[in-house]
Parts: sequence; structure tokens; C-alpha cells
Amino acid sequence: MSLHKLTLIELHRKFKAGEVTAAEIVRAYSLRISQIEPKVRAFVTHTQESTSVQAESLDRNLKSWRKTMPLSGMPLAIKDNICTDGVLTTCSSRMLQNFVPPYDATVIAKLRTQDYILLGKTNLDEFAMGSSTENSAFGPSRNPWNLQCVPGGSSGGSAAAVAAEECAAALGSDTGGSIRQPAAFCGVVGLKPTYGLVSRYGLVAFASSLDQIGPITRTVSDAAFLLGAIAGHDPLDSTSIDRPVPDYMKSLQKRDLKTLRVGVPVEFFTEGLDPEVEQAVRAAIGELRRLGADVKEVRLPRTDAAVAVYYVIATAEASSNLARFDGVKFGFRAKETKDLLELYMKTRQEGFGPEVKRRIMLGTYVLSAGYYDAYYGKAQAVRTLVCQDFEAAFKEVDLIVTPTTPTPAFKLGEKSEDPLQMYLSDVFTISVNLAGLPAISLPCGFSKAGMPIGLQLIGRAFEEEIVLRAAHAYEQSAQWHQKRPTIR
Amino acid sequence: MTYETVIGVEVHAQLQTKSKMFCGCGTTFGSSANSQTCPVCLGLPGSLPVINRMAVEMAVRAGLALNCTITANNQFARKNYFYPDLPKGYQISQYESPICQHGWIEIVGAEGARRIRIRRAHLEEDAGKNVHETGGAGSRVDLNRAGTPLLEIVTEPDMRSADEVVTYLRGLRDILMYLEVCDGNMEEGSFRCEPNLSLRPIGQKEFGTKVELKNINSFKNVKAAIDYEIKRQAKVLKEGGKIHQETRLWNVERGETAVMRSKEEAHDYRYFPDPDLVPLKLNEEWINEFRISLPELPAMRTQRFVSDYGLPEYDATVLTASKGMADYFESCVQQFNHPKTISNWVMGELTRELNNSETEIAASPVSPERLISLLQIVEKGTISLKVARDLFPELYSTGKTPEQIVQEKGLTQVSDEGALGKVIDEVLAKSPVQVAQFKDGKQQVLGFLVGQVMKASGGKANPGKVNELLKKKLSA
Repeated sequence: MSLHKLTLIELHRKFKAGEVTAAEIVRAYSLRISQIEPKVRAFVTHTQESTSVQAESLDRNLKSWRKTMPLSGMPLAIKDNICTDGVLTTCSSRMLQNFVPPYDATVIAKLRTQDYILLGKTNLDEFAMGSSTENSAFGPSRNPWNLQCVPGGSSGGSAAAVAAEECAAALGSDTGGSIRQPAAFCGVVGLKPTYGLVSRYGLVAFASSLDQIGPITRTVSDAAFLLGAIAGHDPLDSTSIDRPVPDYMKSLQKRDLKTLRVGVPVEFFTEGLDPEVEQAVRAAIGELRRLGADVKEVRLPRTDAAVAVYYVIATAEASSNLARFDGVKFGFRAKETKDLLELYMKTRQEGFGPEVKRRIMLGTYVLSAGYYDAYYGKAQAVRTLVCQDFEAAFKEVDLIVTPTTPTPAFKLGEKSEDPLQMYLSDVFTISVNLAGLPAISLPCGFSKAGMPIGLQLIGRAFEEEIVLRAAHAYEQSAQWHQKRPTIR
Repeated sequence: MTYETVIGVEVHAQLQTKSKMFCGCGTTFGSSANSQTCPVCLGLPGSLPVINRMAVEMAVRAGLALNCTITANNQFARKNYFYPDLPKGYQISQYESPICQHGWIEIVGAEGARRIRIRRAHLEEDAGKNVHETGGAGSRVDLNRAGTPLLEIVTEPDMRSADEVVTYLRGLRDILMYLEVCDGNMEEGSFRCEPNLSLRPIGQKEFGTKVELKNINSFKNVKAAIDYEIKRQAKVLKEGGKIHQETRLWNVERGETAVMRSKEEAHDYRYFPDPDLVPLKLNEEWINEFRISLPELPAMRTQRFVSDYGLPEYDATVLTASKGMADYFESCVQQFNHPKTISNWVMGELTRELNNSETEIAASPVSPERLISLLQIVEKGTISLKVARDLFPELYSTGKTPEQIVQEKGLTQVSDEGALGKVIDEVLAKSPVQVAQFKDGKQQVLGFLVGQVMKASGGKANPGKVNELLKKKLSA
């Protein structure tokens, strides 16, 4: 069996048992990438060459003194908005096309101490703003299930790379669905952890109060495995929470879902939901029931306001977060400018793509004197209501189940001219970020056209264990994860 | 029409923390450009701020000393604007919930003591510095200062004259220096003040249009800038003109203020809570620990100087006006228990030299140890008080020890009877008229003769001894 077909945990076991070396892993993946990448275009930057040297030294060290850790020798792809010391980190933006960070994000530092292998940096919508990777300054990635379709976004490159077996697993970031939506579109598993569980230090900020790094993997247990390696308090991130990290692998052991109360929010099953998606999700809910879960209806009445609230808060924060890209200190600088104002204007005109500019303008507007209360202030108030909806629902249930997206992956270009339609593809994922909750997307079937459909499970804050346990039980029973794309 | 001046002041005090407000970089002034920087204070993509606990403590202590209420639930906010010395494109500051509110300090002016109310004091980070090359070679940015913690202290519009502002600023600076939360160095920008000033007809309740003054880096310039601005505004009003709300820069060379930006050009800073920093909660118990451990402040120290050292009220007030001088004084007294003598020297010779060379007492080239060694050789009789006073400027400017100077210049006081006798004999031989007068009972001539002997000895003769020997010789 080819190494690239193995799950992360299978590969880890083989590696730990000494049945395969890091050098062999890198060679296998390099070959795979060279065959597949021209079609999928998941990566912005490839690093196999430098990692093959690193892999050989790792093999030598492991023979002599180094201890094998969970991620030792594991070939991962990292979304290109997560800073990697000495490796280009572009955010798929012209603004950062030459930016090489002098430091590692905390998640990368953690992986590095475990001797992981960085295969490359994956494509995204510029600065993580988008739902299809079509907003990448370096061109879109493709959906491995159908190269005419988008892989979703913004972590589309990571999801596509995992689905196309170009890496064993990947990291993405999720601000309004950017891990879960592409995971759903590409038929893989994507987990957005609770806000504060994984350090944001070194994640190039889009919307600081919403951003969270998480794993994109082929199976739920791989997600649990990788989450355990990146979670935990970081003194460099004031919003990270100081609490012990549970053993997520252990939480998967209990297979049945007896005593688990699962809520189905009626607001998520209304117009706009593709009938094929609804059918697959309802079937999955039936499966959860068969596994012993107590399924009931819940209400999340403010769901319809979530998209509006999100596009006020996220853009407000983005307008400020992206102010540092001014051509003065790093990144792109426009040429031949006659004074400071022109340097700023031309740098930002030429460095940012249209969607980023649109969001900066929106965010600047909602924070402006005279508009703050009506927009930003109001949005924060409604955000509290969205949180209260979840709190109320979680008094009755332990888990909420919904479709991840209203439709399966759409065609390239289908929505790129209509930002509002594009924004609505995140309608089911956004409220989870507003409330800071953990949520996973995993495959629950396929459309007639053969495109994957995603099931979303939402848990209480810091109850990743319940989310993972339920997801794992469903996955093992439904076995959708066994289906792999034929790339052509 | 006569006008009343209404002034409020904003002070930016740099907190004396070892590291910056939101990262671990050092805060030493004058390091080579961009050497004290890291991803956080450079604003590199992905970096995040973490609040410096020491800066919060210093702000709380300052707030307590300024009689402020300490805010329990603090929120940091982003102040958004573009400038090359501002690495993130926003400054992390406090907006709706400043850490200190509603305080006051007492100032003593011509009309007696009164309170200047402090509206708020909030924590924020400093910006870097733009360095403009000469000859249009371009500009560079030094971010060593970026992220340095500042406490911005804002008064109510309670001051009525330039002198009051200076008194307030001196008082505030003394308190901050006493607390060791700010080094008070105005030239290096550790203590920056921006008065805002308006005029209104006497008796009118409403404030006039205010103008903010910037670029003032000494107390002397505070007074000059305010006095200039009062005259300027009065002239405009008298001629029927209107004052425009604007920021004006003080130009030291020209001795006048000039428009920097008008209200229309003022930024919309788009303040909003910084999502990278969770609200900072301070509990009452923790605040009380600082309340209890507040150090002695200037007013208390003045009283102690009177009661413990027996100094006149005047001396005590002058010495405690700055922590540096009071510390210097006490350091001297510990080594040489003659408080009034030391007070005279510190307020007299030392202050004069410090003023002449525009030096802070903390940087005085004459250390307390050196001053004491000077006073000790006077006490021993090695040199006279007069010689000591005369050589002080040299002691101050050369860095030599008193003993060195005395030796090099042969200033050792002459008390030897043989040597003095010879000089006295010469003087007596040259002054037959005065000798005769003395012998006729004109005792006051003795003073003249002593003076002549002192002069002839180059000031080195021991005056007591001269007196004694002269009397002996004249009555012989």
C-alpha cells in the first residue's frame, strides 16, 4: 500500500514501529505531490526539498537519541497564513508575496519540537477572506473530487491537499467556517476548536475575536490526534485559555452515544438548503439516533442575524488588523511614489485584492464616528444574543447537529461575481465562531454529481471531547471516510 | 475686554519598566536603531500583545498618589491611524475605561493651595521615531521606542496661568519621580506635556475655543509657549477675530506657535476594544496592597525634614521639591550629620552649578560622597570655608577629588604659628599707621589687619589663628 493512502495515525504507528523512515515518507509524498499538484494546486510554497534533508537527519537522530513523538516524521501541510520561521508566508496576497517571517507561530513551534515534516504552505483566499480560494492572488485551488469545482475556503488549499493525499494532514484557520466549509466541500474532516484552545500567536490575523487554528484530516481520530499536539495555553496569546489539555484520543474510545442528547436546530433546515444536502444530513441524524443518541429539536432563533453580525464584526477587526500592511516595514511596497500618502495609497491599492479591499472599506465604515453605535455597537449586542441562543440550547442538549454548508461545492466562477451569494455559503458555520464554540465537519454522503456533503457537530465551549466522540462514532458506523476521490 | 485664561494639560509619562508595554523588549534610551525590537513591537503579521504587569502596577500606584479611583474592569482599545512610526497602524490605548479616573493634586501658587482635578490617566504604548536624513536623502524609522509604556494623564481645565501650569507640572513630575514610575526626563521625552488653552471674557461660564500646544520640552518653554499663546489669542479676540480649534507647534527658535493641523484635519481614530487583549480585571485587595505601600510623597517629606533634621521650613520645601535633591540631601546627612550645613551647600553652590550646566541632580558630577569629603576637610581645618566655596566650581567641572585640588593648588590652610608669624610680621611692618591706631584703642583696625594677612597668604591662612596671633603680637 502506498504511504500516501495511510491516515495520520496509521502512518505514525508504522513510523514508530520503524517500518518506515522519515526519508521514505518525504519521498513518497514528493512523488505524490509531483503527480497531483499540477491538477489540484493546493500549495503556494513547496518545501519538500529542504525537508528531505531534515528527514534524513531526523532518521539518524531517532536511531541514536531522539524520542519518537506523535508528530515525528509526519508530513503536514500548513495554511499559508500561519507564520513559519524562514519559510515564505504569503496569506495568498501580493502584499506578502515576499514575506519570510523571522519567527514561528506557536502551533508551528509545537510541531517543530515534535519533528514534524513541513511539506509546504497551502493556498487560501487572500488573508483568509473568502469561501472558495478564488480570492487567492496566486490563482484558485481545485476540488479533488471535481477539478471544475472550488475546494471551498478559505482553507481550500489545506482541505484539497488532504483530500488529494498530498499530505497526511493539514492545519487551517477558521474565522467564519474556513476550516469546516472546505472540509465539507472536499470530503474530509475539519475541526474548529473552541476560541482560546489553540494559540493564535503567529496566525496572521483576519478577525482576532473569531480566528482559530484547527486540524484538517482524513479521519476524526486523526483530527483528535493533531489537536492534542497544537492545543494548550500560550503565554504569548492573551486570549488563549489556561486549562489542561485533555487526552482527545481517549475520548474516542467510547463508541456508543447512549445518554448523548443531540439537538437539531429547525432554523438550519429552511429554504436555501439543497435537498440532497438535507437528505444526507437527515440520514446522518438517523444514524446518530441508531447509535443511541437522544435526538430532539432545538431553536437557535438568531441564526438569521449571524451573517450580518459577522460581516460587521469581522470586517471591523480586519480593517484594523490589516492596517500594518502599509509598505513601510515589510511586504509589498509600491514603486515610484512621490510622498507618504501616495506610498500608502498605491501600496494598498496594488497589494490587496478586491475582496480584501471591500472588507477593509466595510470595516472602516462600521467603526467610523457617527456609525459605530449603529453598526459595530449593535453587532456586538446581537452577538451576545447569538451566544445566548446557544447557551439556552445547550441546557437541553449536549451537541447540535446541522449541515456544514447549504450546498455541495460549487463551480469555479459560479459565485465569484456575487459577494453576497458567496457570503451565504458560510451561513451555517458563522454563528459558531461568533459564540466561540467547537465544531467539526465530517463527510455524511455524496450528491448525485458525486460531490461530498458535510455534517457539522457543534459542542459546548471546551467540550471537544464530546464533539470528537460523536463524530468518531458516526464516522466508524457510516464509513464515508473510506471513499477517496479519483483525480482527473 | 479682559479675558480669563483656561488651561488643561495632557502629560505623557513614560513608565520606568524594564520591558515594553506588550512584549519583552528593553526600553533603554539611545540604543542603536531598531536594536530593541521583536515581532510584537515591530507589528509583524501574526504577533500578539501581552500586557506588562509592571506597567499596570506603576499606573495603579501613580493613580493612587494622584487621588484617583482605580478602574476595576479595564479594557484596552485600538486607536487607528496611519503613520510610519506606528508599526501596527493602530496604537493600543485605553478609551472608555481608563485605569485611573477622577483624581486631583494640590498645588501651592500665589493665591495659596488649590486642587487641580485629574480627569483620567490611561495606559498606552508609545510610537517609534521617524528619522529624516539631511539633504532629502529620505526618512528612516527607528522602532526602539515603539511599545514603550506610557501613562497619559489628563487634567480638567482648572489652570488659569502659565505659572500655574508649571507648578502643576513640577508637582506631578515630582510625584511620579518619587514613586519611581517615571524618570521625569523632559529632554529625552519621558515626560511630555501638551497644554490646551482657551480664553473667555471674565465672568463668562462657557469655555472659549481651545488650542492644543505641542513640541514643548522644558518648563521654561511651557511658560514661554503658554504666555505667547495667551497674547496671541487675546490679540485675535480683541481685533474681533475667531480662535480656530487646532493643534499648534511651539517653535523654540522663533519663540512662537504655528498651526500643525486644524480640527477639520483631525483623525477619526475609530476606537474599538482590542480583541487581542481580554479585559484586565483588578481586584480591590490587590489595589489596596499598593495603597498601603505608597512611598512618602513630597508634602510628607517636607514635614519630616523639618521635624527630623531641624531644617527651616524654607529649606525643607526647596530640598523636597524634587526627589533627586531630597535623596541627595539625605544621602549626605547619613554620612555627615550636619543637616543645615549640607542644606546650605545643596541649595547654594551645588544648585548654582547644576543650573549653570543644566544638569539634573541625579547626574551631578559631585556625588554626595565627594561633597561630604569637602565638608570634612573644612571641618578638620585643612582648608577654610572660603577656599572650599572658591574651589567648588573646579570640583564640579573637573571630577577631581577635593584633596587633589587642594594639593595641586597648595590650598591647605596654614595654621602653623611660625609660618603665619612671618606673614604677620611682614603685614605689621607695612602697616605702621594701623598698628598705631590699634594701640590707641581702635579695636576695629584688627579686621583690616586680618584681611591683609589673609590676602598675603593667598587665602590659605587659618583666620582664627591669624586673629589670635595678631592680638598676641600687637599687645606684646
